Amino acid sequence: MIEVKDLHMHFGGIHAVDGVSLSFEGGRITGLIGPNGAGKTTLFNVIAGLHKPTSGKVYLDGADITGLKPHELFAKGMLRTFQIAQEFSTLTVRENLMMVPPNQSGERLLDTWIRPAQVRREEEQVRAKADEVIEFLEITQVADELAGNLSGGQKKLLELGRTMMVDAKIVFLDEVGAGVNRTLLNTLGDAILRLQKERGYTFCMIEHDMDFISRLCDPVIVMAEGAVLTQGSIEEVKANEQVIEAYLGTGLKNKRGAVS
Amino acid sequence: MDGPLNSFLLLSNFVLVPGMAYGSQLAIGALGVTLVYGILRFSNFAHGDTMAFGTMAVILVTWLLQSWGVSISPLPTALLALPFGIIATIALLLLTDRWVYRFFRREKAAPVVFLIASVGVMFVMNGLVRFIIGPNDQRFADGERFIIKAREFKRLTGMSEGVTFKTSQGLTILTAVIVVAALFWFLNRTRAGKSMRAYSDNEDLALLSGINPERVVMITWILAAALATIAGTLYGLDKSFKPFTYFQLLLPIFASAIVGGLGNPLGAIAGGFIIAFSEVTVTYAYKKFLAYNLPPDWAPESLMQLLSTDYKFAVSFVILVLVLLIRPTGIFKGKAT
Repeated sequence: MIEVKDLHMHFGGIHAVDGVSLSFEGGRITGLIGPNGAGKTTLFNVIAGLHKPTSGKVYLDGADITGLKPHELFAKGMLRTFQIAQEFSTLTVRENLMMVPPNQSGERLLDTWIRPAQVRREEEQVRAKADEVIEFLEITQVADELAGNLSGGQKKLLELGRTMMVDAKIVFLDEVGAGVNRTLLNTLGDAILRLQKERGYTFCMIEHDMDFISRLCDPVIVMAEGAVLTQGSIEEVKANEQVIEAYLGTGLKNKRGAVS
Repeated sequence: MDGPLNSFLLLSNFVLVPGMAYGSQLAIGALGVTLVYGILRFSNFAHGDTMAFGTMAVILVTWLLQSWGVSISPLPTALLALPFGIIATIALLLLTDRWVYRFFRREKAAPVVFLIASVGVMFVMNGLVRFIIGPNDQRFADGERFIIKAREFKRLTGMSEGVTFKTSQGLTILTAVIVVAALFWFLNRTRAGKSMRAYSDNEDLALLSGINPERVVMITWILAAALATIAGTLYGLDKSFKPFTYFQLLLPIFASAIVGGLGNPLGAIAGGFIIAFSEVTVTYAYKKFLAYNLPPDWAPESLMQLLSTDYKFAVSFVILVLVLLIRPTGIFKGKAT
């Protein structure tokens, strides 16, 4: 579904992403792992339109989307969440969700004057959708709470909820599990799996928690030093010598060799 | 023993009522500054001259209506002209945005660049207003001048001190209440208002949501234009219209917005009244007030004025400096740090 071809992203002399080619298949949950500084987040940022790549191409369903702005990608059904959850802290959870759908007529001043009925009807629909999402994510008890007062995990659920407001086609999750307690992590995992199975979402997630990855992701792509190291199922990846080396360094591997 | 009561009436007449009216004018002006700061993230130095332009447009339409014999007496004709003035000012600000600020937005220029650009815009607007209406004082208030006259008040109550309540003061306070209520309803209840708050809260996320940034910016300018025109017209009705005075108003208006916390609408209102009352109380001559409350032989001979009215702008300046030193984010926490 998403295809990346020979992507380079250089910041001055630093080659954060150095010739990556890969594809994220539709309807699956692809995990993107790798040691710190491997270029995962930069790759995300380039695909999600935050940076324009130095060279290379990104395709969505065969169409070239390289260098499109985040809101243009949003219109194509491609969304991302952030490593540190983002929210409109002075709006309630429900209002946060209601912000998401684009081109609401209530945003045009003229329409609120000359077509109040339509504006109200539309707002009712958006509200109903938001309520459905709140129900799905089981965050009914905080629906009218200011989003700034939510716990870190609840904010991550809100991030996921945001993607549901527009029935996103493909969602990029940047360390959605980071700093989330076990119970909420399970809720989050359940929601992601249900979205994939029941609604055909495509996910691509950067993650460090191996249990979480094992539970959700297939396939897993491993990055190191700005390039793709290997990909495959989590078992294959775990067994891969190169991956262990990338994570633990050659020194340790040699030591292990010496021991055995 | 009418001394204390008379002294209270005296204070109402010279401090309370004028302070309320001036505070309302500053508050509406500061709301415009704070909204622009919250959304576009720069201090708009052209706001004072935007007020001048709006008021000028209102004056021109008022004169036109007067020449046609249109009148809504006892209310001033300017109220009828106000919507036209607002529309003209909206047009001016939207054109300014298209010709000046949009370029810098595309360039992703630093806030200080916007600020300097707004200083340029200020000079252009300043020139434009003087070119059209001239630099002189213009009076355009008509209709009934007073709601309560001091003499009538004295006759009715039998007190030796009267309270004058001018129509312009009554209108100012009433309009301020309506404007503030409408603005808060808009920001808290409508989709467009929530988009503005969301954009001001987290710009990155807003760009990744269904919020159209250009539309948010447009609505901000429309609101700023309306607020500037209303504030300017009320000030002009209450005092008089002179382009240079409006340029000078920039200082108390900025002080109000900063004291309350830049980017915080509630703060702008509180700030407006704080600045207004500080100015009025510090420059008021307390001689007569003290004479009412002190034994006769203690009555002061000097004016008992803390600061001459010539220095009234120093008051906002001092408050501004103090707030920036002690609590840079303002009383209500604003965006600026």
